[in-house]
Amino acid sequence: MANDVQIKTKRKISKDQWTAIAFLIPSIILILVFVYGFIGWTGYVSLSNYNSLIPDFSFAGLKNYLYLFQDFRFQADLRNTLFFTILFIGAVIVIGMGLAILIDQKLKGESIFRNIFLFPMALSFVVTGVVWQWLLNPSTGFNQFLSVFGIQPKWYTDTNILAGFEWGSIEFGLPVAIISVVIAAVWQMTGFSLAMYLAGLRGIPDELREAARMDGATEFQVYWKVVLPMLAPITMSVIIIMAHISLKIFDLIYAMTGSGANFVTDVPGVYMFETTFRGNYYANGAAIAIIMLLLVAVFIVPYLWSSRKGDQ
Amino acid sequence: MKKKLLALFTFMLLALLITACSSDSSGDADEATDDASKDDSGGGSTGEVEIFSWWTGAGEEDGLLALIDLFEEKNPDITIDNAAVSGGAGTNAKAVLATRMQGNDPPSTFQVHGGEELNKSWVAADKMEPLNDFYEENGWMDKFPEELIDLVSSDGNIYSIPVNIHRGNVFFYNMQVFKDNGIDVPTTMDEFFAVADKLQDAGVVPIALGDKESWTATQIFENVLLGSLGPDDYKKLFAGEIGFDDSRVVDAAEKFGKILDYVNEDHASRNWQDSAQLVANGEAAMLNMGDWAKGYFANDLGLETNVDFGYFAFPDTVGDFQIITDTFGLPKGIDNPDDVKEFLKVLASVEGQDAFNPLKGSIPARIDADPEKYDQYGKDTMEDFKNSRLVPSLAHGSAASEGFLTKTNQAVNIFVTQRDVDNFIQALVSAAPEM
Repeated sequence: MANDVQIKTKRKISKDQWTAIAFLIPSIILILVFVYGFIGWTGYVSLSNYNSLIPDFSFAGLKNYLYLFQDFRFQADLRNTLFFTILFIGAVIVIGMGLAILIDQKLKGESIFRNIFLFPMALSFVVTGVVWQWLLNPSTGFNQFLSVFGIQPKWYTDTNILAGFEWGSIEFGLPVAIISVVIAAVWQMTGFSLAMYLAGLRGIPDELREAARMDGATEFQVYWKVVLPMLAPITMSVIIIMAHISLKIFDLIYAMTGSGANFVTDVPGVYMFETTFRGNYYANGAAIAIIMLLLVAVFIVPYLWSSRKGDQ
Repeated sequence: MKKKLLALFTFMLLALLITACSSDSSGDADEATDDASKDDSGGGSTGEVEIFSWWTGAGEEDGLLALIDLFEEKNPDITIDNAAVSGGAGTNAKAVLATRMQGNDPPSTFQVHGGEELNKSWVAADKMEPLNDFYEENGWMDKFPEELIDLVSSDGNIYSIPVNIHRGNVFFYNMQVFKDNGIDVPTTMDEFFAVADKLQDAGVVPIALGDKESWTATQIFENVLLGSLGPDDYKKLFAGEIGFDDSRVVDAAEKFGKILDYVNEDHASRNWQDSAQLVANGEAAMLNMGDWAKGYFANDLGLETNVDFGYFAFPDTVGDFQIITDTFGLPKGIDNPDDVKEFLKVLASVEGQDAFNPLKGSIPARIDADPEKYDQYGKDTMEDFKNSRLVPSLAHGSAASEGFLTKTNQAVNIFVTQRDVDNFIQALVSAAPEM
């Protein structure tokens, strides 16, 4: 009998596997070719001399990468991306979590508020970019209102670098102009983190909070010591998702500010587009793409690693 | 439910595979016909000509449609496929074109600026047919100015046919503002700076600039450069015979920096149309822009030429004409070169140019077109076009390769903020080998 069962299960698995394989093979092939194949191809081009319309695949070593890291514009891009990512993720987490906690207070019309905060997500970054371009334009938009108080921020046309110091060929510090872009991006993406945190909050059993309150914890302590630690996995997911958006951001910047004076709002994505399709520097463009891939991998790989460990 | 999903998934997968295969085979078929047409040196007529351009704006699209109507009237058996790509002042179209050309799927004919945008890219990549015989057959050699034919030629071969001419070294100004401040049109740089000072003292922004995309600033720089070097040495500069560290280039960079002292503060948030509005409503006095701005002032903003707004040549460049010309050529490897040549004939004819240009707001590239079809600005410019030295524009891709232009735009973007002349000159010198 035992033998019989074993054979049966074996057969069953192999039949399932066969179907699974049959269905997976086409998509595996497509992904291998169109994702990993082209990543490999991009890597290959980035090591070549293909910097004009005439293909030239002779080996150039790391020449294109060295050029980029000495380039004023690319150094500025890396600085902007760093500050954009930090501010953007920070704001999305803090505001998203704050709003989720407020909405979680069992208030009336909860779904209305939830929808209001989620709506911006339905827009594309291009729409957001165009709208915020006018809202934060120094001669229209908010400044018309702010002039009542005598303040006239220059928003994304501000070329100042806060706490700047010479570093490489650029001034390293927080570019004031990037804050405008962060505002627009946060406006759009906060709804997403709100939704995630709200789901997380709903997943925390009321008994836990009750127990904490019974033990004499203040409301603040309940959130600080019980709720927040239980939201840690959500925060982790929000960071990963937001990081890969912010490292690859292109459409918002392209529609809203462009590269900006002195490249204060430029990002690698915009540089890659311009250098590849305007300047025909294909190898340089490919090198930028590979660097962006590596930057995203810095975030994604540890995450995949830790989630794999979690599974085991 | 699961079964339905499974069926749906299978169906989609099959659909995907089938489309993948079929597009593959049609690609092969295309190549086969390509080879065939090459063998009998371009005979076959498939009856369709695909015209690739970025003419989707108000006046320019009307012009293109008028041209297409004229062609279809003359060649009822050939249909036109208007494959215009909008956006980014041609940037998007150029990206699409680059992909198609490299994938050996060229459009029948495509819009390209005369000069290095044509010569250093598609001609250098051996993707264009020479048109010398075609020019001779139709007797066009003396119908276009010699300096213009030079611009669309490389190593003695002519590669495209110019359809229109825009001028880049023009200042448009608000006539009311000039009158209120008792200002005469400046012709030299010194007069220009005196005018700018006077306007600034009167509380008017002297020069409007919208450099959200940096080519508008590059355009100012190239005009200062032209004034500083003169037409012959300006051409030599881009031929690599004069270095960018020449003292006159440095001088031009300094003057360029001085001009930037007079521009509106929010220039980085504006595009050229937004900056033209500043001049239109009198907040700013002058705008250096290619003369497509005339169409914007007259048609979009409803201003009257020589009443509300006037124009003068960029100071120190009065006898020179910074040309921006749209041209069409004959790519290699297309199915029906004879049909395309029919289109090019219409494009090059007086009739074709006079159908297109008044609507587009440009002037014809031919010197024997009918001035009566054009407005006062057009007539003046046609006169200047005949009598001026023609020089290629850098900002619009005629003077140097796209690669050099991209790097110049970057250097200009940095210079507008930092005003570091040494740094700027150094950037130009190090980009010069890529001209």
